[in-house]
Amino acid sequence: MNRRSWLACCAGLTLTLALAGCNPDAPHFNSVDVTGADFGKDFHLTDPDGNPRSLADFRGKVVMLFFGFTQCPDVCPTTLARAVRIRKLLGSEGDRLQVLFVTVDPERDTPEILREYTHAFDPSFIGLYGDAAATKKAADEFRVFYRKVPTGSSYTMDHTAMSYVIDPQGRLRLAVRHEERAQDVAEDIRTLLKTSS
Amino acid sequence: MKRIALAVIAALVSAPALAGVVVKDAWIRATVPHQKTTGAFMQIVSDRDARLVGARCPLAGTVELHEMTMTDNMMRMRAVDGIDLPAGRTVTLKPGGFHVMLFDLRRPIHAGDTVPLSIVVEMPDKSRETIEVEAHAVPLGASHAHGMHDH
Ligand SMILES: [Cu+2]
Repeated sequence: MNRRSWLACCAGLTLTLALAGCNPDAPHFNSVDVTGADFGKDFHLTDPDGNPRSLADFRGKVVMLFFGFTQCPDVCPTTLARAVRIRKLLGSEGDRLQVLFVTVDPERDTPEILREYTHAFDPSFIGLYGDAAATKKAADEFRVFYRKVPTGSSYTMDHTAMSYVIDPQGRLRLAVRHEERAQDVAEDIRTLLKTSS
Repeated sequence: MKRIALAVIAALVSAPALAGVVVKDAWIRATVPHQKTTGAFMQIVSDRDARLVGARCPLAGTVELHEMTMTDNMMRMRAVDGIDLPAGRTVTLKPGGFHVMLFDLRRPIHAGDTVPLSIVVEMPDKSRETIEVEAHAVPLGASHAHGMHDH
């Protein structure tokens, strides 16, 4: 995604937020409410066991979706560690949260690494990957930007650091900023579990 | 009194140039098998204006100094030539800012390991000092690593 479409995406988020604000019955969220967004409908990726996965597989659970790469030293582990805390904060409802980690670096993130990596955080987390085209398609659908950047003898990835939250009916509901606190996101997920059954 | 003054002078005279740079709370994130990169973080304070210009680690093929920036929810990571260490000020390498980036790890780093690192600091007279650092490996999923914010 280029800069212009990213800006358009931000404008879209703001508009969605404004629309949600007009509805007095709309629940309050700490994260950005993107209910009714015309993107983020589905993905078609593969899990480390080789099973094809799409959003429909997780109906009945709140899904937290994050795009990143395992060779990331900073934002990705911080985000997944927050997801671990969110799940703990949910207590007995933690099982109704499914955390999905989509690699934007399928070249290096083999299914084996993905499995080891997500399990190191929480055995319930699932890593997802696709070939270059499937990865691009999923990222585009969620307006996630990523780009390979050479550094020394290797490369790193620039990428969108937002997580998305999808309700138990499979509708995209929230965009969670990197800075958002675990407590606030857990509260949002509790609200979603309560209001969208 | 006189004795104390003499002791101070003796300490100043005999102190190696290295004594001017102190590293605290160095930590590194553990890795899973086949994961070839990780980041190391620490607090550095120099008693005179200096500059961190490099780092080495026997477990890594390549080590770079990196800066992470977040703009419009976009994460960017770039190599930097150096990191200024203004006299007397604690510079913290931490998630969301600077880190020491290790590439081509020769083996996984397990939580609890002590990982040897050396950092290279350039002094005002352009001389370079190497400081040995021991980084404590924290679990990949640790959220309360040294110096990390709870967010
Ligand atoms: Cu880096």
